[in-house]
Amino acid sequence: MSDQPPKEPAAPADEAAEGEASPRRARKPIGWSLIAIVVLVVVSATLVWRRDGIDGVLDILFHDLKLFGGILPRVFAGCLLGAFVAEILPHDKVSRALGPNSGLKGLLIGAAFGAILPGGPFTAYPVASALLTVGADFGATIAMVVSWTLVGYGRAIAWELPIMGTEFTLWRLVISLPLPLIAGILGRLVYVRMYTARDADE
Amino acid sequence: MSAALLIDIILWGTVIAVGFVVWRRGPKLMTASFREGTMSFISVVPRIALGVLGSGYVAAVIPQEIITGWLGPDSGWLGVLTAVIAGAATPGGPVIGFSIGAVALKAGGGAPQVMAYVVAWALFAFQRLLLWEIPFMPARFVWFRAAVSMPFPFLAAAIAMAIGKP
Repeated sequence: MSDQPPKEPAAPADEAAEGEASPRRARKPIGWSLIAIVVLVVVSATLVWRRDGIDGVLDILFHDLKLFGGILPRVFAGCLLGAFVAEILPHDKVSRALGPNSGLKGLLIGAAFGAILPGGPFTAYPVASALLTVGADFGATIAMVVSWTLVGYGRAIAWELPIMGTEFTLWRLVISLPLPLIAGILGRLVYVRMYTARDADE
Repeated sequence: MSAALLIDIILWGTVIAVGFVVWRRGPKLMTASFREGTMSFISVVPRIALGVLGSGYVAAVIPQEIITGWLGPDSGWLGVLTAVIAGAATPGGPVIGFSIGAVALKAGGGAPQVMAYVVAWALFAFQRLLLWEIPFMPARFVWFRAAVSMPFPFLAAAIAMAIGKP
């Protein structure tokens, strides 16, 4: 974590988009997740309409449209970054540094990478996906994603510090520090049991 | 300079820097990967639209008082468990998640419970999983990661209880 640069304060609008916003990729055309979301949204919008009338519905719509317009360029940047990263990362080196046999060092690299990655979910997930494609294993990628979400400086500085206060945020960060590593180790152990054992049976 | 602007500068600066490296390897490679990135952007936009325009409504119907009411300091491990469920169920971005946490703290919520809430929300808020992580990552990875992350809010709460902080 020593290379985590707290010098760049971070992520407001991008992160604001995170939960209030959301994408899905056409890789799987229409899945159950998508259907569930549509149902959830329709039910919620109906409830808002019954409670607040059409004005309430429109208020939220306009607010979210603005948000949508704001995050689109960032999503585009994230998609480009994912594609570029997949292109330039040398597969053999990635699988050595972050692959199944990369050991604790691989998990550390993944965690450090997640902690310093700029941007919000629209960069973290495309880049994590690119890492998987070019040879990182589940363990290192899990360490990266968990580190991004728990230790990443962006969210902590931009949101948590002002809202939750310094003391809570710092303790939360300290307690969270080992978690990406443990997640990576756990991920690797379980993955090996689940998948290689099954392969051996076949 | 606003933080949003700074983020955009860092983000696009990174894109341009990495793009430059690709371009150095060959303009053709650059065109190809630019097209690939654009295609994934186009395929993701309708889903983002649904998520952004839809999650405002979901957030509007989940009453925040219910979530904060569950996190009292005397609630013990049951409180931690409800905090984890509440964290996973909280829709919306960081403003909503942290604000609920802050309200819970002010309303007398226990620190370990709020810790569990914030960590659970960060690790597996269902909305982020469904609307951000699954579109970009293989679904198998997402569920695997969420399952592996399951113990951590409890672990964080346990550490908070043990050290008596924050």
